[in-house]
Amino acid sequence: MTAENRTVVVTGIGAFTPLGGDAATFWEGLLAGKSGVRALTEDWAADLPVRIAARVAVEPGEILPRPLARKLDRSAQFALIAAREAWKDAGYEAPATDEANPLAPERLGAVIASGIGGVTTLLDQYDVLKEQGVRKVSPHTVPMLMPNSPAANVGLEVGARAGVHTPVSACASGAEAIGYAIEMIRTGRADVVVAGGTEAAIHPLPIVAFSNMMAMSKNNEDPEHASRPYDKGRDGFVLGEGAGVIVLESAEHAAARGARVYCEAVGQGLSSDAHHIAQPEPTGAGVARAIDDLFARNDLDRSEVVHVNAHATSTPQGDTAEIKALRRTLGEHLDHVAVSATKSMTGHLLGGAGGIETVATVLALYNRIAPPTVNVVDLDDDIDADIVRDEARKLPVDGRIAALNNSFGFGGHNVVLAFRTV
Amino acid sequence: MATREEVLEGLAEIVNEIAGIPTEDVALDKSFTDDLDVDSLSMVEVVVAAEERFGAKIPDDEVKNLKTVGDAVDFIVANA
Repeated sequence: MTAENRTVVVTGIGAFTPLGGDAATFWEGLLAGKSGVRALTEDWAADLPVRIAARVAVEPGEILPRPLARKLDRSAQFALIAAREAWKDAGYEAPATDEANPLAPERLGAVIASGIGGVTTLLDQYDVLKEQGVRKVSPHTVPMLMPNSPAANVGLEVGARAGVHTPVSACASGAEAIGYAIEMIRTGRADVVVAGGTEAAIHPLPIVAFSNMMAMSKNNEDPEHASRPYDKGRDGFVLGEGAGVIVLESAEHAAARGARVYCEAVGQGLSSDAHHIAQPEPTGAGVARAIDDLFARNDLDRSEVVHVNAHATSTPQGDTAEIKALRRTLGEHLDHVAVSATKSMTGHLLGGAGGIETVATVLALYNRIAPPTVNVVDLDDDIDADIVRDEARKLPVDGRIAALNNSFGFGGHNVVLAFRTV
Repeated sequence: MATREEVLEGLAEIVNEIAGIPTEDVALDKSFTDDLDVDSLSMVEVVVAAEERFGAKIPDDEVKNLKTVGDAVDFIVANA
């Protein structure tokens, strides 16, 4: 392998999600087909058109000390908790800046993204300004609300000096961050990168704004069944919150320190639609170009793919366009691919989606089992693919298998990540 | 008018709330930055909280002179 095309592997995972506050609990919840969607009981939600969401299962205030938590936006709190878990899971005890850790900080990066950034901090501090005056606005407001804040705080936590980055592409942000991190290692800029996505946007303004776009489910009476990708009755996404973070490492570096390897991070495929600011390209052509780009630029064969963690947000148009793209690019092989829509359980974490769904994809390969898609009562006739419905399904026990994780964002961003067993 | 003891006690509670330092560690000779984990941003919070609690006005250009807890206690006692 040349320095320009190094193999990248996943050595650590962390997740802070509506189904559980760590990766193991998250995975158990997915396999059990548990829904994290609940009615919003806060006073501010009473008069909203949408009164359901998937809150994190554990409040970050129960984990982070108060002096630290009050200086971090909720999205950065999630990212920090998930990053700490992933870092420890990868076998690292101390930050790279600590002498106890042989990893040079100059060889460590952090790439964490969110779709919206510190939106609750921004809006809450504007309330403080209006209601309590100039003097009471927190001096931490700017470092809390800037979209790169989760990446910067994770970078400080682990001691990353090779580069800290935040690609922003709405609901593709988390996946784009992981793709960027893979490239940092592949091209030799870093040996280890902590990467993922986070989002904390459960607040009346984002909820009303998405709702007025007709993008959200209004199934307030039945929260657990509101997120129903591929079902004929789907009526939009359910907003979720949380973070998923992984530790990526050059295969060589992981082998040298004897690290446990979950799977290979093969690479990414990218494209953009140039179609509409918020509508998916209905034929799936844009998504298909991202999938084709993945196979064209990476050492991966279509026949190796046995599982897709789909973007599938439960919107009428988006779910169908993605399946069309998969059919277009994988052809008859798609009949042998187990497609899972885990947003049926977690809701849609926007920029956090690529993070937690990468954790789910990595665990699906590592355990050779595909999580279910819940709430498909009446499968849409246009969904021409093998959807893993209701129950988790075993993946082939022998041989090398690969899985894709799809993420698409408002603006027409298409990101496809590929992982493979080692 | 607050006494020096009352101001010290109040500042200790404020520093505890903002930086998580135990109140008994907030002594007159301690430096906010070096000993109490109060960086320049958190110092602004300490100042605003102290103004509210003791009714003193601490001008922005005075904040840089308040290096130790003792400096802050002296300023507040003199200006409250």
